[in-house]
Amino acid sequence: MKHLIVSTVLLCLPAVASQAAAPVAERVLGNGLKVLVKEDHRSPVVVSQVWYKVGSSYEPGGITGISHMLEHMMFKGTDKHPAGEFSRIIAENGGDENAFTGHDYTAYFQTMAASKLAVSFELEADRMRHLHLLADELKKELEVVTEERRMRTEDNPQAKMSEQFMALAFTSSPYRNPIIGWPVDIANYQVEDLQAWYQRWYAPNNATLVVVGDVDTAQAFSLAEQYFGGLQPGELKPLKPQTESPQLGVRRMTVKVPAKLPSVILGYKVPSLKTAEHEWEAYALEVLAGVLDGGSSARLSKELVRGKQLAVSAGAGYNFSSRLADLFELEATPAEGKTVWELETELRSQVTRLQQETIKPDELQRIKAQVLASAVYERDSNFYQAMQLGMLETVGLGWQKADEYVSKINQVTAEQVRDVARRYLVDDHLNVAYLDPQPINAAPAAQKVVKLSARRQ
Amino acid sequence: MRFYLFSFLIFLLSQTASAAAKIEHWQTPQGSRVYYVHTEGLPMADIQVLFDAGSARDGAQFGLASLTAGLLDTGAGEWDANAIADRFESVGANFGAASAIDNATVSLRTLTDKPLFDKALATMEVILSKPHFAAADFEREKNRTLAGLKQQEESPGDLAKIAFYQALYGNHPYAHPDEGTLSTVAALSAADVQAFYQRYYVAANAVIVIVGDLSAEQAKRTAEQLVQHLPTGQKPPALPEVAPPVKGSEQHIEFPSTQTHVLVGLPGTFRKDPDYFTLYVGNHILGGGGLVSKLFDEVREKRGLAYSASSAFVPLLKPGPFLISLQTRNDQTPEALKVLHKTLADFIAQGPSDAELKAAKQNITGGFAMRFDTNKKLASYVGMIGFYELPLDYLDTFQQNIDNVTSAAITDALKRRVPVDLLQTVTVGKRAK
Repeated sequence: MKHLIVSTVLLCLPAVASQAAAPVAERVLGNGLKVLVKEDHRSPVVVSQVWYKVGSSYEPGGITGISHMLEHMMFKGTDKHPAGEFSRIIAENGGDENAFTGHDYTAYFQTMAASKLAVSFELEADRMRHLHLLADELKKELEVVTEERRMRTEDNPQAKMSEQFMALAFTSSPYRNPIIGWPVDIANYQVEDLQAWYQRWYAPNNATLVVVGDVDTAQAFSLAEQYFGGLQPGELKPLKPQTESPQLGVRRMTVKVPAKLPSVILGYKVPSLKTAEHEWEAYALEVLAGVLDGGSSARLSKELVRGKQLAVSAGAGYNFSSRLADLFELEATPAEGKTVWELETELRSQVTRLQQETIKPDELQRIKAQVLASAVYERDSNFYQAMQLGMLETVGLGWQKADEYVSKINQVTAEQVRDVARRYLVDDHLNVAYLDPQPINAAPAAQKVVKLSARRQ
Repeated sequence: MRFYLFSFLIFLLSQTASAAAKIEHWQTPQGSRVYYVHTEGLPMADIQVLFDAGSARDGAQFGLASLTAGLLDTGAGEWDANAIADRFESVGANFGAASAIDNATVSLRTLTDKPLFDKALATMEVILSKPHFAAADFEREKNRTLAGLKQQEESPGDLAKIAFYQALYGNHPYAHPDEGTLSTVAALSAADVQAFYQRYYVAANAVIVIVGDLSAEQAKRTAEQLVQHLPTGQKPPALPEVAPPVKGSEQHIEFPSTQTHVLVGLPGTFRKDPDYFTLYVGNHILGGGGLVSKLFDEVREKRGLAYSASSAFVPLLKPGPFLISLQTRNDQTPEALKVLHKTLADFIAQGPSDAELKAAKQNITGGFAMRFDTNKKLASYVGMIGFYELPLDYLDTFQQNIDNVTSAAITDALKRRVPVDLLQTVTVGKRAK
């Protein structure tokens, strides 16, 4: 009975999923700005996002995190609008806005009533080429970013471990650096560094404007032309490749931080869709991630958390849309009385099983059903749809990959999942980190000093 | 200048033109209240059943409500946890059950294609009416909860929040953390969970929310099916009133972090509070407006003291917290607190300027449609309206309620509701030597 129902899903969903999906319209302005518009008329709102092809993986040593710092400074005024005015105008127009930086992108967004699209365009176009970087503003914002780093990384054991882990796993790839930057680099940014970074990357021919919502495509294109069309293109110098040197054997590390629970991360070097020799390999790795961690019925929950009760939590993740080769990660927190070494053994035997046996038909069907359903659920959010298009475009895959995703996943076979496990989840490309919890000492300061100096030896 | 005039005209137009979602409301024969909104365009539905079964109903067994909700899908009817997970995930449905302070929410997101929908809904119905709470599942989930509670102790933010609620609420049921404490959770038994379930997961205590591409007839059948095997039961008695703090307090918890987490506040407003909209707009100006607010400006933009600095009223059945929060480098804590107190005191004394009030209203009403522009957000609004028994035209009158707020009313309400000498302050971090 289960199989019958699943095949119903497969038969009827692609039709359902395609019937209401609005097409994406693309136009490239004379200055090279790529504009993508997707109409969605369910609500009188619009999201507008500007994506720049720059992020922490573009950064050389000494200025790590500068893409993120520049993201902050983009709210600090242009020749026309002084610091703070951008946010004030968006707010007065009923908008929500923010920005985010990743390894491979820096993006800015506003969500507004659909009639306010021009307000967002005017301001984004202005700061694309006319940012006014001031030493005083940088000085204050540096403190803000340092506080952000303290909050996100310094005082968070899992984040701290993850940061150290990436630095262990990658040798020459810039993915070894945290997006927010190393503290010493953050402390030493100069206005000139930011100016140079801005001039190098912030130009219409290095950006994608994505609009999703209750707009008319032709009108959105013409507004884009009106506000962005006059901007001068930049001279884009090619980015150095910074590809990862081959890993020559398993790497391990221990991260000792004040914490309460131990945990373990395993990371195998794998290709992303962008870097895969064959496209299907990336889709097969997506399915593999789903076999392990695609919900409560997936293997890690079913077998590690519930069955053997080795872990209180366990997960797997694959960065399908990274610009450079990335990691396939497995992580778990041991149950009381279990150790990180037992968990590592178990996670690796999960990998061995994937290499030796093909996954079961209902596992594959379950993942395909979930992917098909997600394709519908995702359309509930303009923001998510715009994110998907912007990210695919910005890492160099092209937004069209969003439309192909469901059918490509549907073509993945159980043998292909086994084959990518055999080819990529190999010990010589494995990195392992253990979080070794240190006491959280709330005792008087004198005792703590003793403890700290003892630990340093 | 043309630019502003243009936006002003649109602003007027959008106010008259926007019609909020149409909420249909009825009761099932067993007395569950149903709230339904039909949305088109996507073949999906969001279904939620809310019970007055949040942590406020824990009694002395802190963590009981949370563990009960978390155990629902670990076995029910003929199925164990694996079978339940398979049933939902094989049709691409997302199921969840979790509790908050006032309520527990059992939720389903599913496609509306009939065989898929029917299977997901039937599974949800059995979970609601025939959960096992088997001993093995109970022990495992209890242990996972205990691990989560231990992990909280490595987070200065979590520790601050726990101490803050305790400072505000003392012996009131809002005082303890939703997830409980290590000692109270360790003392729970499967029988406790079973008893809690039987007392609170009853039809008379259920609010059903249905948002999606289902007809009124389908929605009616869905609601009836969901509660058909639940006993009618009774609504629990009203929660006790919150006693306001009698004096201000300051509490520091030493923690080896690089930042100190600061929380300042007191019991604030409740959902049906006549001052609600006034306090909402006032807080928006003070610290609720995202990247534009007085606190954000004073703490972050002018002084670079923190990454986030904000304030909020959390309206609950009874007065939920009014809280101001920020995190700053340990040695800057006194300065940040000074700025926080001055910003708050000045605002309460002087109230907003006309320009500030106008800007806040424009932000709130101008962004009105964005409050429910997805099925997910709409379902959450409808759930709130249903659970707290707010008027069905809550969304239709929202903009008018915001527009009616005056500067004088804000000053008056804040003076009455935020007596600064009674503020409770919690800091967690490393004290400067």
